[in-house]
Amino acid sequence: MPLIVPELSLVLLVGASGSGKSTFAARHFRPTQVLSSDHYRGVVSDDETDQSASADAFEALEFLARKRLERGLCTVVDATNTDPQYRKRWVSLAKAFHVLPVAIVLDVEPSIAIERNASRADRDFGGHVVRRQSRDLRRSLGHLRTEGFRYVHVLRGEDAVQDAEISFQRSWSDRRDDTGPFDIIGDIHGCFLELCELLDELGYAIGHEGERFVVTPPAGRRALFLGDLVDRGPASHRVLRLVMDMVEDGAALCIPGNHEAKLLRWLNGKNVKPSHGLQETIDQLSGEDQAFRDRVATFVDGLVSHLVLDGGRLVVAHAGMRRDLQGRASGRVREFALYGETTGETDEFGLPVRYPWARDYDGQAVVVYGHTPVPTAEWVNRTICIDTGCVFGGELTALRWPERDLVSVPAHQVWCEPKRPLHDTPTVPEPGPLDGVPHAGDVLGGRSVETRFGKVIPIRPENAGAALEALARFAVDPRWLVHLPPTMSPVETSQRPDLLEHPDEAFAYLRANGVRTAVCQEKHMGSRALVIVGRDEAAVAARFGFEPAEIPTGGIVLTRRGRRFFADEAVEAALLGRLRTALESSGTWERLATDWVLLDAELMPWSAKARSLLETQYAPVGTAARGSLSAAMDALRAASARQEGLSELLARTGERLDAVQAYTSAWRRYCWEVDGLAGVRLAPFHVLASEGAVHDGQGHAWHLEVLDRVADADPELLVRTERRWVDLHDETSVAAATGWWTELTERGGEGMVVKPTDFTTWRGRRLVQPALKVRGREYLRIIYGPEYTLPENLERLRSRGVGRKRSLAEREFLLGLESLHRFVERRPLRAVHAPVFALLALESEPVDPRL
Amino acid sequence: MFLTLTTTRAPATDLGWLLHKHPDHVRSVSLTFGRAHVFWPEAGEDRATVAMLVEVDPIGLVRGRHAADDGPLAAYVNDRPYVTSSFLSVALGQVFRSAVKGDCQRPELLGEPWPLRVELHVVRAKGGEGLIGRLFEPLGYEVDAVRLPRDEVVELGESALYRVTLSATTTVSLLLRHLLVLLPVLDDEKHYWVGQDEVDKLLDRGEGWLASHPEQQLVTERYLKHRRSLARAALERLAEGTEAEEEADEAADAPSTPERALEKPLKLNDVRMARVVELLRQPGVARVVDLGCGEGKLLRRLAGLSQLTEVVGVDASSRALEVAERRLERTPGREKVRLLTGSVTYRDDRLDGFDAAAAVEVIEHLEPHGVRAFTQAVLGGARPRLLVVTTPNAEYNVRFPDLPAGAFRHADHRFEWTRAQFAAWATDAAERWGYDVSFEDVGEVDPEVGAPTQLAVFRCR
Repeated sequence: MPLIVPELSLVLLVGASGSGKSTFAARHFRPTQVLSSDHYRGVVSDDETDQSASADAFEALEFLARKRLERGLCTVVDATNTDPQYRKRWVSLAKAFHVLPVAIVLDVEPSIAIERNASRADRDFGGHVVRRQSRDLRRSLGHLRTEGFRYVHVLRGEDAVQDAEISFQRSWSDRRDDTGPFDIIGDIHGCFLELCELLDELGYAIGHEGERFVVTPPAGRRALFLGDLVDRGPASHRVLRLVMDMVEDGAALCIPGNHEAKLLRWLNGKNVKPSHGLQETIDQLSGEDQAFRDRVATFVDGLVSHLVLDGGRLVVAHAGMRRDLQGRASGRVREFALYGETTGETDEFGLPVRYPWARDYDGQAVVVYGHTPVPTAEWVNRTICIDTGCVFGGELTALRWPERDLVSVPAHQVWCEPKRPLHDTPTVPEPGPLDGVPHAGDVLGGRSVETRFGKVIPIRPENAGAALEALARFAVDPRWLVHLPPTMSPVETSQRPDLLEHPDEAFAYLRANGVRTAVCQEKHMGSRALVIVGRDEAAVAARFGFEPAEIPTGGIVLTRRGRRFFADEAVEAALLGRLRTALESSGTWERLATDWVLLDAELMPWSAKARSLLETQYAPVGTAARGSLSAAMDALRAASARQEGLSELLARTGERLDAVQAYTSAWRRYCWEVDGLAGVRLAPFHVLASEGAVHDGQGHAWHLEVLDRVADADPELLVRTERRWVDLHDETSVAAATGWWTELTERGGEGMVVKPTDFTTWRGRRLVQPALKVRGREYLRIIYGPEYTLPENLERLRSRGVGRKRSLAEREFLLGLESLHRFVERRPLRAVHAPVFALLALESEPVDPRL
Repeated sequence: MFLTLTTTRAPATDLGWLLHKHPDHVRSVSLTFGRAHVFWPEAGEDRATVAMLVEVDPIGLVRGRHAADDGPLAAYVNDRPYVTSSFLSVALGQVFRSAVKGDCQRPELLGEPWPLRVELHVVRAKGGEGLIGRLFEPLGYEVDAVRLPRDEVVELGESALYRVTLSATTTVSLLLRHLLVLLPVLDDEKHYWVGQDEVDKLLDRGEGWLASHPEQQLVTERYLKHRRSLARAALERLAEGTEAEEEADEAADAPSTPERALEKPLKLNDVRMARVVELLRQPGVARVVDLGCGEGKLLRRLAGLSQLTEVVGVDASSRALEVAERRLERTPGREKVRLLTGSVTYRDDRLDGFDAAAAVEVIEHLEPHGVRAFTQAVLGGARPRLLVVTTPNAEYNVRFPDLPAGAFRHADHRFEWTRAQFAAWATDAAERWGYDVSFEDVGEVDPEVGAPTQLAVFRCR
């Protein structure tokens, strides 16, 4: 008989020193699963036999066991474990992590153990130690079950130890290999008619064979019942028969609800108060024979409290399941699955106040549950309650998985008066007291952010430190930080003699990545700005979690690092007001069916934000350069009149002076006076998000078209982003776009941004760069220095690698989208904050800032 | 960068002898950072001008430097190739090495004071026009400095750039030595690492004039790139035996902030710390967390308390934590102290369950939303049994003679509260999160405006 060991368990080997535990462990478990007290005694003290190190070794062992159990990994403790005090600590640790404690006892003759120890140089303790341990062990044998071990295997004698085989048993709830598809059905409560109608709606054909139901699901699909099949409603017995027949035929899966649990107690003859609708079920079952009632008892008894399905992507439980309990086994897990978490209080209707676990849910798996009737099924942090109160006159609802479509049929009547009016139940839980505060544990100390794009993006601890300081000291309220703009890579370096960047390389890159059409957008030389604006203060306050009084401007303008763009609140208010009007008159609110919007834009002039850079760097460098070079020119001219050998220096100094003049003209173009809002211009180019939607599924044609209409509504403030569409395989089209760039940059424009026409384009597992900047020759003087165009300088500047920058741009782009999606999905602030934080942390990676 | 040197002593072409540069020839010299060119725009009997143009390689300046280095050399757009700086000083020293040393094939010219005029095209003077005068006038120069605007077209105000003409009757060798020392001092951004031999160089070039220069201290400090130990050594040698006083360790580490300077007469910080420590030292308090510990002033006091078994300091600034780490090195009780990177505006379960916490002069550095987050994260999340919060009393600011009306005590303060404002916040926070709160004055109480610091003690109900 093999020894049954659950896959997720804490296994204690129990046996005297020398009983062969380590050999046993090595034979049946992987080395990483085994935590040996001897080994860790050695690790903490350099001496495996140093008994004074036992307490420290135990602490180390316990620490590691915690880490493993937290991750849901089977862990074996190889220590004598003959002392009940130590076993007690392990059992409580197993319970804390909701894994099953297992004891495997190696009960060998003390003489054999003593002999073994004698043959080992490092075990010089006397036989009395082994004899004492054996005595302790024998005395313990009878108590192991009561100590809390769920499986106890005693191997008596050396032969039994040698012959033992272990059979690892998957946990009952682990159905990850079952990928569905499923039609998950919420609380039925005896509403047989509605159930049949819903199954019909879902495409299930219900037939009969005598008393038996024979249900044919649509090809490949199965129903999945979330429990609470019975009580309150008109035909619980018929619902039971249908569900049991479907499960038996493999047409359905079922998990239990609290009402089944109570029914089972009644069926087992326990003294149960027939309240909460149980009486109706009892009455309906009285018409059935004993065999049917036995069948129900066996069926309910065999149900597993919750299931983890579809590769771990889906968890179903009647009352939901916290992340740390998913796939685990303990009384607590079962209780949570059936009843959820209650605070111990009751509300004004006498109903238990439930702890809103879904509001804090931060797991990866989708949790589908029922139990608490809600007016409509709504997603909250990847969880959804689909009990829409059919028995109370609501609807019976199914969720199709993996499609995530909701299918409902209305109740024929109110079968049972609810204690609390159905429409009174909030679907989206009220914000909790600690909402609105991000969590350090989500972002510090080497965390990763998992994105929905199949990429896990690590945050290096040192970068996290920099981001924390930046956010804590300078950023706006984290409730506003639902996105930050990602960095953008330039094109690869041009090999043309007088240029560093040229559109050719952008087009070549996109073609090489299988992109057929691109858009070239004018790059406005200003400062990046994110604008959040609501149709009115109340709308944006409600969506972003503020009190209206907290946000008098009804929105915000952010810099690319998440700071407030305008020091002067009046200017922000004025800009948002004008934008709000433009969104109104262009019909954009209706068009997007929203009352708030997040725009990605460039705000001009550059001098509005960059004044201190201009004062300390750009302007004085030009002044100093002109001053010293023009004085040098005068002197060189005078000297040339009387000295030989200066012509080369004279010519070069002339070139340098010209370059310096050009540099000054370059930055002066991006400066003009503003007075309040007068002179400020905003050029939006992405409609990032609005209510219920991240617009990353829309191509740039859509974004620009929406924004053109907005811009045209207020041409004084708003600027259209000019663009050219390029067919990358049409030479004429490419040449036209290139000509446009030349014209723009010769006029002194910064350049253009080349993007695939789709918002996101994948090539296999890699993201195609969503945007490449192609900057003009004159503009680049601001980046590479006034004299960069001198041939000897340009030649050296060509050696620049864009690889790191592109990898960074990819990661930041995905993080930016991830945070937006999380926000739109109404996930809690901490979940939205983590990708934003990671994005900012990436900004402190060492990448050439001139790229 | 560019300068000219003119003399009107006849025959003026004798300048070529002193400089070892023939007035009819152009000379070019390679330097590690570029090239220097010497030429003569005029070389007549009555008047001769020698010019030096230094071409600094702008790409070479940036390439190969560490990315984290954000000094003036890190950017391609920088003034180094154009303003008089240590680059020019190095070039002068190399190109006119013999002239500086005072070698000449016609030794009779050497000791002779000549009328000389130096034109420095674009000097960046950290310290302004006044400093140019204070540096050169005591040496007998007539100084003419014209300040340049930041830009001639865009209205951006005045720059720190000057066109400077220095005139004096002096020897060429001495004038060169003055420039070698004082040009980098004006600019105050030396481009190279400064070590012990720089002290020797300074004393050598300063021989005969620096010891009596009224700005000797500033010259020494800037020339030695503010390395205090070097500057002290140099000043000692200049003073020839008079002992410079040892400065306290702490003062040497950090330049005092305006806040500290303001409050110094009161020694307010010490009073505040002492009171906070006293409040934290209550029976049953064994584990304490210092929220926003900064450079660890409170931590050092707490580490020594035997009743404490664990002291945690948390701060968002990794630089501050590094300093704290260093300062704690020799503190008794160091092993009890843990430093954590974190922010008081983030919910942080590492800070849960402490007996006591302190936030000394922290909240005024937070934006209003940060104060809200602090309240939630600390009183709502970490929930220490005891919390001590201190913050400036804004009403008291009128008692600081040097503080302009309406200004804050520190540049990073986002607000300073009156007693009523502080009480309103604390009472509301305590009510919301189940604490009792009481208030105290810290520092001498002024009958009209109260004490300089206000303090609240929160006790978990």
